[in-house]
Amino acid sequence: MPEFRIPLGDVTNDIFDQLITVIAPVTNGISSSLETFLKWNEAFLLMWPPLLIVAVLGLLVWFFVDKKLSLFIVFSLIFMLGLNLWDQTMSTVGLVIAGTLLSLLFGIPLGILASQNDTTEKIISPILDLMQTMPSFVYLIPAVIFFGLGKVAALAAILIFALPPAIRLTNLGIRQVPAEMVEAASAFGSTRLQILKEVQLPLAMPTIMTGVNQCIMMSLSMSVIAAMIGAGGLGREVLTAMQTVDIGLGMEGGLGIVVVAIIMDRVSQKLARRSQKGEEIAGSGAGSK
Amino acid sequence: MLKIESKEIKNKIEIKNLYKIFGVYPERAVKLLQDNKNKDEILSGTKNVVGLNDVSLSIRSGETFVVMGLSGSGKSTLARCINRLIEPTSGEIYIDGENITAMSYKELLQVRRNKIGMVFQSFALFPHLNLLDNVAYGLKVQGVPVAKRHERAFHSLQGVGLSGWEKYYPEQLSGGMRQRVGLARALANDPGILLMDEAFSALDPLIRQDMQDELMNLQDKMNKTIVFITHDLNEALKLGDRIALMKDGEINQVGTPEEILVSPATEYVARFVEGVDKTKVFTAAHVMKRPQPLVYAKDGPRVALHKMKKAGISSIFVVGRGKKVQGLLYADQAAAALREGQDTVIPYLDIGYPKVAPETCISDMFDMMASANGPVAVTSPEDELLGIIVRGAIFAGLSGGESPYAGI
Repeated sequence: MPEFRIPLGDVTNDIFDQLITVIAPVTNGISSSLETFLKWNEAFLLMWPPLLIVAVLGLLVWFFVDKKLSLFIVFSLIFMLGLNLWDQTMSTVGLVIAGTLLSLLFGIPLGILASQNDTTEKIISPILDLMQTMPSFVYLIPAVIFFGLGKVAALAAILIFALPPAIRLTNLGIRQVPAEMVEAASAFGSTRLQILKEVQLPLAMPTIMTGVNQCIMMSLSMSVIAAMIGAGGLGREVLTAMQTVDIGLGMEGGLGIVVVAIIMDRVSQKLARRSQKGEEIAGSGAGSK
Repeated sequence: MLKIESKEIKNKIEIKNLYKIFGVYPERAVKLLQDNKNKDEILSGTKNVVGLNDVSLSIRSGETFVVMGLSGSGKSTLARCINRLIEPTSGEIYIDGENITAMSYKELLQVRRNKIGMVFQSFALFPHLNLLDNVAYGLKVQGVPVAKRHERAFHSLQGVGLSGWEKYYPEQLSGGMRQRVGLARALANDPGILLMDEAFSALDPLIRQDMQDELMNLQDKMNKTIVFITHDLNEALKLGDRIALMKDGEINQVGTPEEILVSPATEYVARFVEGVDKTKVFTAAHVMKRPQPLVYAKDGPRVALHKMKKAGISSIFVVGRGKKVQGLLYADQAAAALREGQDTVIPYLDIGYPKVAPETCISDMFDMMASANGPVAVTSPEDELLGIIVRGAIFAGLSGGESPYAGI
């Protein structure tokens, strides 16, 4: 009995073999420029004395975001310093910042595009589903093939993982703007761009900020997994701990990731909520006049 | 009551054979409509929904034109076709003689910016902008510089009685105030046409009446062409110079409030106006009786008593030259005059008799009717007796079958 088999794996391999020869020069170019960007980013974070960063961050959060959160940040970062994980923490933070910025750079415009046109949304949506459900290990391999082991491949993996929430929530936020607002804006003779700029984007801002928060968290979680392809940082500590069955080291690295996650999540959430509450604050200010 | 159509009255908005079909094959549905198929046949045959079916209207400059109908009658669709928020399927709309339906997008933007202001049922204020910026929105998209648009928005807010509230946000306001802002926003760029889509329908009844009164006051000053959409007949009757009644996307009747009430053109209109509070629409002139019999100033008490006896009434109006009312004569007073041997009834007249002007609404006469002993006189400003109203006539007029002019 002839075996029924669809040779998807073989075909994929063939395609990739062909692709690599064509794309390699391009990806190498991208790779080297991204690598410089990442190195700068990390070098910038490591340039300052750790305590200065702790102090500046603590003060910024104290005055502009939340006092309790500021205390938590100062104590937990000093704790990280005490664990001798500062460099790794900064490496992870640098990667997450780069990944988030890149995801937002592509994600928000794509989200706006999807919100303006149903066809675009229908094309983008299944691609996003694929990106989010495909196990990350599957695209770690091609990422390495295209960009080589290291931070750039990790960045590519982060982009695949963190881009969908940015696109989705931007799209959702704009589409959730009540139809009557858009109608009113049109009735007064707004162009499409004016509707987007003056009405849709401002009203979608809370949802877009949730997307930014999601994007940060996704970047962080992928940056840990990407330790397997040489992303370094706190993820490598955990990976090493796993490989050497060093429970203590695993605890240190794991706690470090938790701390970074909490800080990034809370700060971005508080900022997001403030962008939402901004008008209320301005409003009550006028009310007390 | 009868307005004579004349060429001099300029039509601000002219709608000709307008169709709007929602669905996949609108042109096919238009053909079917022109072949006299009805809305349901088209829905089941082509899955198309008829929004507007051959609507033609002329709206005059400076009038308040009310489009009234129940939900689904196509009234909001009609309003949105005027500024092409909804694209008509076929037909033409002219504003100031310009064909809106043939305009390019850019020209259309200019018309929306300069000629039409719109007020929405849901207010549709922008929650992220303060009132000043909300009102200035239409000016902003036209590129009016910040200082100038704020100045105009300030005056517009002042016009609706909201000065001092510029820096507040919509969510801090009550419904009535929000709609004032909506009105101010629509008026900020001084358009000739005001489209009001169920503008007061979301408001509490009392606030709603205030807003209606305020709109009428504003309209006296600004003289815009107002297209007012509503499902409330009382509102339509109160605000409208003319009313168009819509059903199933068709205009059933266009006319003044009185024409609609007194001579409904179709059974639907008749059923619609059946439930209306006629006391607010019908006036003293509608229910008054011809004053007969009358006693003249020269008549003596004997004549007066005889006339009353013959008509079976206990009081009668006495008029002088030119039907000028002298007063009301009661039977017992006339009898007293006779006993005392007088040959005139003038000293025995009740000169504090109740009287109203012919245009007084019935609803405003209830108190007077309740306390009056005899009939109420309907008089001209020169005190000429035009008619009388007895209590029974009001009920006859209100229950009014064919004609409210009961008792004539």
